[in-house]
Amino acid sequence: MELSRRDALLFGLGGLAAIVLPGAALAAKVDELTAAFAGSAAPSDGGITLTAPEIAENGNTVPIEVDAPGAVAIMLLAAGNPEPAVATFKFGAAAGSQRAATRIRLAKTQDVIALAKMADGSVRKAQATVKVTIGGCGG
Amino acid sequence: MITRREFLQASMALAAITGTDAFGSWSRLAAQQTLTQDDLLRFDDFGNVTLIHVTDIHAQLKPIWFREPEINIGEAKGVVPHLTGTDFLSKFGIAKGSADAYALTYDDYVALARSYGRMGGMDRVATVVKSIRAARPDSLLLDGGDTWHGSMTSFLTKGQDMVNVMNALGVEAMTSHWEWTYGTDRVKEIVETLPFPFLGANIFDAEWDEPAFEPYKIFERGGVKIAVIGQAFPYMPIANPKWMFPEYSFGIREERMQEVVDEVRAAGVDLVVCLSHNGFDVDRKMASRVKGIDVVLTGHTHDAVPEPVLIGETILIASGSNGKFVSRIDLDVRDGRMMGYRHKLIPIFSDVIKPDADMAALIDKEREPFKAQLEEKIGTTDSLLYRRGNFNGTWDDLICDAIRSERDAQIAMSPGVRWGTTLLPGDAITREDIHNVTSMTYGACYRTEMSGETIKTILEDVADNIFNPDPYYQQGGDMVRVGGLAYAIDVSKPIGERISSIALADSGEAIEAGKTYTVAGWASVNEGTEGPQIWDVIETHVRKIGTVQLKPNTSVTVTGI
Repeated sequence: MELSRRDALLFGLGGLAAIVLPGAALAAKVDELTAAFAGSAAPSDGGITLTAPEIAENGNTVPIEVDAPGAVAIMLLAAGNPEPAVATFKFGAAAGSQRAATRIRLAKTQDVIALAKMADGSVRKAQATVKVTIGGCGG
Repeated sequence: MITRREFLQASMALAAITGTDAFGSWSRLAAQQTLTQDDLLRFDDFGNVTLIHVTDIHAQLKPIWFREPEINIGEAKGVVPHLTGTDFLSKFGIAKGSADAYALTYDDYVALARSYGRMGGMDRVATVVKSIRAARPDSLLLDGGDTWHGSMTSFLTKGQDMVNVMNALGVEAMTSHWEWTYGTDRVKEIVETLPFPFLGANIFDAEWDEPAFEPYKIFERGGVKIAVIGQAFPYMPIANPKWMFPEYSFGIREERMQEVVDEVRAAGVDLVVCLSHNGFDVDRKMASRVKGIDVVLTGHTHDAVPEPVLIGETILIASGSNGKFVSRIDLDVRDGRMMGYRHKLIPIFSDVIKPDADMAALIDKEREPFKAQLEEKIGTTDSLLYRRGNFNGTWDDLICDAIRSERDAQIAMSPGVRWGTTLLPGDAITREDIHNVTSMTYGACYRTEMSGETIKTILEDVADNIFNPDPYYQQGGDMVRVGGLAYAIDVSKPIGERISSIALADSGEAIEAGKTYTVAGWASVNEGTEGPQIWDVIETHVRKIGTVQLKPNTSVTVTGI
């Protein structure tokens, strides 16, 4: 993926740069997005923590946090959304931590997937099912 | 040679099995003779710390009937608390027809209820608490929440009657669920007056995602430092109307619980207690994953379990609901470790345990302004009326009948809450009894149209909130109750595949996805729901019919258990 000037500036600041991908530009499936992000590396478990609610309190704004110490980039996917690509976060050398938190919209119950690209080119993966329910019958 | 006591027990058991109503008051006397307050309270003191746990009282100040569930399916088959009836009795070695069988199971409920009498009553609970405290001055009384809601008086006083009673009882910390349905302002107003902390490590500010309430409190009892961590009901904004407390976010937040446990351990506490409203299965899973909790006092799912459930080195205590039980847990805590425990789930037999005079006077005072309203007889029931169980109880059938008849709808829906007390055949139905199964701050009985597809979606969605194999995806209620609708459910299937054969119950006509049906119900979590209050709908219906006589409901076919 190419960096725009704005992204490059943010990148250059050494902090957290969030590149929100526009819907139409990357209307690809989860596998394609994963392949594009991971390249030849096969994603493995561990080294990445995805924090998501088990059941969304509001499907329109679901808090998601990803922590992947040592990552250079983290990609977040919502596998069940019409457009699965949510965001890619890039971390510069001076980043104090490689952690990103945001709120995302989930159209229905689905898996949220986080992929982290490490400095050595390896890719880590974590996923969690977030349930979007009508609820309303608690005891 | 049979002793008189054995004879009484034997005849009681027999009557219970055959269900002889004529047994009547004579058996009540028998129950009172064989059971004594001393027996119920007997406990060999153990260790150096005592915890007293009450939970899910649902504002029941007076003794009540409460029938335990017949169907109570869960993640793991044949495992507590998903055992009912004879399976439950054999698991814990309880004799059929015994006092414990009456308190803990549904079998032969009516006959046993007539023998052993009502249970609970906060004046009896006060007697038990005082007695434990007399024996163990260093005890700690903890309330698991669902305390301020569930009765007509709590509704009319916005929880104040319960606050006054629990303050007098001397509660030392609580957590919450239905408390929030009085709205943020009322909760804050009460919390400011409480002489004890209102704990919730998992209550966060919704906007900033930061802790919003006291997560824990450290007590010192008998030289032991005890951290009590509160865990409020995780699915508040999903199961109840989030517009009533929009400032807050909840959730299980397992990693947060671990952080808080680590924090109190680092502060040097000797014992970590989690006062939880997660529900039994969620707590069982959480206790297996969060390290360092000694005791989980679980609530929400209304399970009464006579023995602690051991998960690794954590004990899980479930103390029932509606004031039916008080748990006493004695602990031996030394060198910063829980070395042993002794526990008793004390059943509150209201005819056996003497009411505490001060508490009885306070309860009368709280009820006095509303007495005439509460006690007005609306009708009579010939049928046993109960709610608890995964599918329709008889109270729900009556409520659905009332809704369909008064709101002229093809289909009625009634929430699968686990609260709601029981009435025996022959009992008067008072206004208070109707409120005991319906009281809430969002009780408008709506009438709307729904497509067959929407009806199926609702059934599937609610079913998954109960039968999802992962407890973290369960909300802890029961299945939505329906009137005028028949369906089949295979609880072992995944969401979208559990429900089939949906039909209009009267005609047998299959529900079509694209067709529209009139549906009326109550307890909608949507803001601005319109309609008469559900208790008024039921009152009108019961007045019309006079005497309730329900036919067995066979409209739901359950498989995959």
